[in-house]
Amino acid sequence: MSCEDAHMLLDAYLDGELDLVRNIEIEKHVDGCKVCASAVENQRALGSALRSGGLYYQAPPSLGPRLEKLLQPAGRVETPPKRFGWQLVALAACLLLGVYFIARMIPGIPHDVAGNLLAQEALDSHLRSLMPGHLTDVQSTDQHTVKPWFNGKLDYSPPVTDFAPQGFPLTGGRLDSLNGRAVAVLVYQRRQHLINVYVWPASGLPDARVSEGARQGYNMLHWTRAGLNWWLVSDLSSGELNGFANLLRAAPASVPAAP
Amino acid sequence: MGQPSKLGRFELLVVPHMRAAYNLARWLTRNEHDAEDVVQEAYLRAYRFFDGFHGGDGRTWLLAIVRNTCYTWLQRNRKPSIELDEDIPELDSCRSNPEAVLLRSVDSERLRQALDDLPVEFREAIVLRELEGLSYKEIGTVAGIPVGTVMSRLARARSRLQKALTSRAHQGGAA
Repeated sequence: MSCEDAHMLLDAYLDGELDLVRNIEIEKHVDGCKVCASAVENQRALGSALRSGGLYYQAPPSLGPRLEKLLQPAGRVETPPKRFGWQLVALAACLLLGVYFIARMIPGIPHDVAGNLLAQEALDSHLRSLMPGHLTDVQSTDQHTVKPWFNGKLDYSPPVTDFAPQGFPLTGGRLDSLNGRAVAVLVYQRRQHLINVYVWPASGLPDARVSEGARQGYNMLHWTRAGLNWWLVSDLSSGELNGFANLLRAAPASVPAAP
Repeated sequence: MGQPSKLGRFELLVVPHMRAAYNLARWLTRNEHDAEDVVQEAYLRAYRFFDGFHGGDGRTWLLAIVRNTCYTWLQRNRKPSIELDEDIPELDSCRSNPEAVLLRSVDSERLRQALDDLPVEFREAIVLRELEGLSYKEIGTVAGIPVGTVMSRLARARSRLQKALTSRAHQGGAA
């Protein structure tokens, strides 16, 4: 093979697009040709710079909700409801739970890994909820509609308060699976931002102060108080999310009545 | 078990590729707000055309729509791109220089700028190949060009990138 031929095929060779015979031919040529060998090296260097240079533009967190809103009207006319979507959600939840429990069972894995898994689980649930039609099972801004909706679906009653006057209107609720159990999710809105609030009994765990984290561009808050675990996930700024957490913690309903 | 609805299938096959859609739109429009608008419009189109999608790779299918939406947008908003030279570049143009070390250590900001400066057809070939990892055939499907053209565009684009990066590095070294 001549340099010219090799040169013509260089990109296809490096991109793994050549058939075996030509692949071998070009390798043989490059082995004995300094000019082509350095061209190969340059190409490889450029390729790895392009792939590792952080050039990938991440979609802004607001884009998912925007698309969801866009597609929802189209989906509502559809019948029947998306059974398959739910099956997928259930499957994903099962897989996550499996990973979570395995991680807990392996003694070498420190506890915060389990916490990380829970955070990831909450985030995954948040992302799923942003897909069209997954956000709410009961859509209402009325806390007296949302709260009774959970009756009979859970073995506890989550505190539900509408914070519309403070700029965080309640938009609905749904059931989700988190940390190995069914949990209540309350959905609030702040301008265009959605906040998923996960609440479930802490079963004997001591109170824990608010801890903060960020994952894939989403902010997360977590605390345990008066026998309830709270996880908040949103693309809202950390400051505003903390403000909202303070509202939740100050609401009289967040201290649960005796069962 | 009932057939999943159109929206359900769309969610499974198309919605998960929002990340790739945004990345491509962002590179082609070179503007974050326009990229969001384009992705939104592309998703609407995709949903409208979804009945015509008979299986296959949802990502390639969506990216083709995103790409076409971008080009429509570019035509509306910008002057047309300059004429393309589709030939494979000359061997002695830049490749024979042992610049590999230089290329390997180039910082991502300069790389981003060099890629941004490429004509849009070259830029899209690089983004689809290097950032999205598509095969030549898939790139051909997205861009609506034969595989041979994919190869020559990639070769041209890479040659230009190398030239831009190494010549700028020389200038930087001399300063």
